[in-house]
Amino acid sequence: MDASRRPNQLFRNLNAKLASIPMIVTALVVFVGGTTWTVVHSFTNSRLLPKLNFVGLDQYERLWSSSRWMISIENLAIYGACSMILSLLIGFTLAALLDRKIRFEGAFRTIFLYPFALSFVVTGLAWQWILNPDFGIQGVVRDWGWEGFVFDPLNNPDIVIFGILIAGIWQGSGFIMVIMLAGLRGIDEDIWKATRVEGIPAWKTYIQVIIPMMRPVFVTALVLIASGIIKLYDLVVAQTNGGPGLSSEVPAKYVIEYMFRAQNLAQGFAASTMMLVSVIIILVPWAYLEFGGKKRG
Amino acid sequence: MADMTANAPVLEGPSGPKPRRRFSRRNIFLYGTLIVVSMYYLLPLYVMVVTSLKGMPEIRLGNIFSPPMEITYEPWVKAWAEACTGINCDGLSRGFMNSVQILVPSVVLSIAIASVNGYALANWRFKGSEVFFTILIIGAFIPYQTMLYPIVIMLREIGLMGSIWGLVLVHTVFGMPILTLLFRNYFTSIPEELFKAARVDGAGFWGIYLRIMVPMSLPIFVVAMILQVTGIWNDFLFGVIYTKPETYPMTVQLNNIVNSVQGIKEYNVNMAATLLTGLVPLIIYFVSGKLFVRGIAAGAVKG
Amino acid sequence: MNSVEIKNLDLSFGSVKVLQNLNLDIGQGEFIVLLGSSGCGKSTLLNCIAGLLDVTGGQIHINGKNVTWAEPSERGIGMVFQSYALYPQMTVEKNLSFGLRNAKMPKDEIDARVARAAEILQIQPLLNRKPGALSGGQRQRVAIGRALVRDVDVFLFDEPLSNLDAKLRADLRVEIKRLHGQLQNTMIYVTHDQIEAMTLADRIAIMKGGKIMQLGSPHEIYNRPQNLYVADFIGSPSMNFIKGDLSGGTFRAGDMVIPVDGYDFAEGTKREGAAIFGVRPEHIATGDALASAPIRTQVTVDLVEPMGADTLIYSSIAGTPVHIRMDGQAVVRKGDTVEIGINPKDASLFDPDSELRL
Repeated sequence: MDASRRPNQLFRNLNAKLASIPMIVTALVVFVGGTTWTVVHSFTNSRLLPKLNFVGLDQYERLWSSSRWMISIENLAIYGACSMILSLLIGFTLAALLDRKIRFEGAFRTIFLYPFALSFVVTGLAWQWILNPDFGIQGVVRDWGWEGFVFDPLNNPDIVIFGILIAGIWQGSGFIMVIMLAGLRGIDEDIWKATRVEGIPAWKTYIQVIIPMMRPVFVTALVLIASGIIKLYDLVVAQTNGGPGLSSEVPAKYVIEYMFRAQNLAQGFAASTMMLVSVIIILVPWAYLEFGGKKRG
Repeated sequence: MADMTANAPVLEGPSGPKPRRRFSRRNIFLYGTLIVVSMYYLLPLYVMVVTSLKGMPEIRLGNIFSPPMEITYEPWVKAWAEACTGINCDGLSRGFMNSVQILVPSVVLSIAIASVNGYALANWRFKGSEVFFTILIIGAFIPYQTMLYPIVIMLREIGLMGSIWGLVLVHTVFGMPILTLLFRNYFTSIPEELFKAARVDGAGFWGIYLRIMVPMSLPIFVVAMILQVTGIWNDFLFGVIYTKPETYPMTVQLNNIVNSVQGIKEYNVNMAATLLTGLVPLIIYFVSGKLFVRGIAAGAVKG
Repeated sequence: MNSVEIKNLDLSFGSVKVLQNLNLDIGQGEFIVLLGSSGCGKSTLLNCIAGLLDVTGGQIHINGKNVTWAEPSERGIGMVFQSYALYPQMTVEKNLSFGLRNAKMPKDEIDARVARAAEILQIQPLLNRKPGALSGGQRQRVAIGRALVRDVDVFLFDEPLSNLDAKLRADLRVEIKRLHGQLQNTMIYVTHDQIEAMTLADRIAIMKGGKIMQLGSPHEIYNRPQNLYVADFIGSPSMNFIKGDLSGGTFRAGDMVIPVDGYDFAEGTKREGAAIFGVRPEHIATGDALASAPIRTQVTVDLVEPMGADTLIYSSIAGTPVHIRMDGQAVVRKGDTVEIGINPKDASLFDPDSELRL
């Protein structure tokens, strides 16, 4: 009788459950627990040490009235919008060019992708040097005789974010190209043949047939670019350290400054919660589209 | 074959391959664009290399694009052994050693844990396993900033804050979502019959993992390694937060050397230091080639 | 005037010769099937005719025009692909009209053509749907419709039915045959399915290694294969081959003696020496049919495969394993002895060296 009884549910698959403990701990304690902890503490007035002394939305009011935060948000918006458009544009164009059955495709691909292997710190420092107003591009062009030439994004608060953008695009667009190229290679060869039989020029085929077919690839690329944009931190620290003044601050840097330098923990928590909210705003529609897409197909 | 091979008379007019001009407008546009764009991508590498081989007087006089008139390796030596961070002056070598000590256990531990996770998720599903996995994947999208401080507290509690092992743990945790996904998808693609046959033969959870799954999955382990080595080597954020100056990884130390406000700026040493830091991932990139692409593509295309 | 003429066509990729000195004339309104196993060059030839591949040598004429260097769209062809190649983001109507709109054709002309194609293919109810919402058979109709609206003389089909299940394949096969009867266009059809080839073709070109092995009507190909390859390729199960010697009007293999006086030898071939005797399983007579077969012998049944309509018997003649097709109602068991008969008129003789028909 006993032997025929079902074994205790808890001990079925015991090894698999034991082996999954690190994953479960990570998921529940670090990801869910940590995030909840931070969100909860963003409603307190913790300064040097976390305390559960709730002050409602005070931290958020402070945050949104802080000019440093507003600059950070504005910078991230400009960087984000430009970075999305340029990455998609450059990534797709390069992928389309490489997909035209060209010679040396491997060499070109290697060149476009190598910056992606480099860290943001290395990227930031390299471009800091190239954009150096005395010795970099500006200096070189002036040496050539164009005395009035001005190109000093890293020293001009109005355009410093574009200086960072140049470096960011350099580092990441090759990655988008790889994704786009994989998408283009996934397109049925017969589609191209069909458009040739019908006499549709290549550029028109790209716009009217191929790009609509690659919608999922574009969405994936956009999500990747977007999640990269929100993390933007190392590049700024290395290239400008937020300067000149506060003109190239970004939210991720704001959070870390307040948590680890300014000893104003709750302010950092509030800022990081805002980052989380913006990720949710981006991610939920995407997840909805993905989910909806699966239901239809 | 009978009457078919009899040569029909070829008529006048076009015959054979369509003549193509080598320098057609299409080709000039195509290769022209690619070459110009390639220059943008290659420019920083070129500038870094030439700058690191020049002496300071030449840098102050000349322009950043001109090749060095007199090649000197002194900046490289200085960057490696003498450059100052404001705290100490023993160059990048200390950061390099720290990075290696962080890298090796992080890569081993994160891959070991994630591959077992992926294996359990692919072959030994239990009630709730998919839920935890979903949370893990969603976690990959949460900005690190919301988890930074709770982890500081956890590391303090277990006494690893500021140590290399603390950072190893952090890398293991944050590498887990993508690696678990990678392994889960790979193990799912292995025919289930193989797994069933092994179970019929009496192999258990660990036996199947070690003797069937791991030997069959070496390519994906290499992909995971490439992903982790570049990712961990290039990390700055976790390094700066969870270690102290003696245990700073190379990226943090590089930033401290180059952006240190003290003394005169030695651009050639800076560029040598930057190149030194970028060397490890660059070598991996150029050696691994297609596998690198496969790794980042696997990381990109979710589900 | 021929509809399509292929003259001395060569195609190589690097040092690999895919098509070699190939000649083919296709008459107006003819249905030609290019048949062969994968890698024989049949799809490559079709792509060359379409202009999707640049040839290495030779010429292609369509409707009397040398189109060797012409763009695919200028050749007066329509093409139907194995994977359908429909534009997934466009409705059926837009799929059909895309090429015409691109060519800046007047709108009422486009509408008229789309309506006519939709009527012929009976896809009017589907015009506003997207390809994703169609079944495989419906998609293939739309793909045919896209070739139809181009109003061209030559249709090219690249394995159009391979992605469909067996039942649909049979239905659409009939449909395509009907369409050909109705439109009277020249059609060039690539397939690896011999049933499709036999049922659809006016003439079949069997290809191997970039060459045409035999070009002829289905009847000719089946009954008078020009070489061993064609004999073996067509028919399922394939022809039985028995090695032996030919002398004095008699074929001998082991203790088997077959007088071949009724056999229709090809002009100028040898009548003596080593030869291969080929006979199809369905041409080996049993039971009532024995009366019409001059040569008879007894064989032992090794294995029986009942297939419903007929029964297949595995046996051997003169030490060579053979298949024999019997009536499905016949009662035979393993180990039985069966009397069989062969009529040399139904058989084929081949030279073992040149592999050509004698």
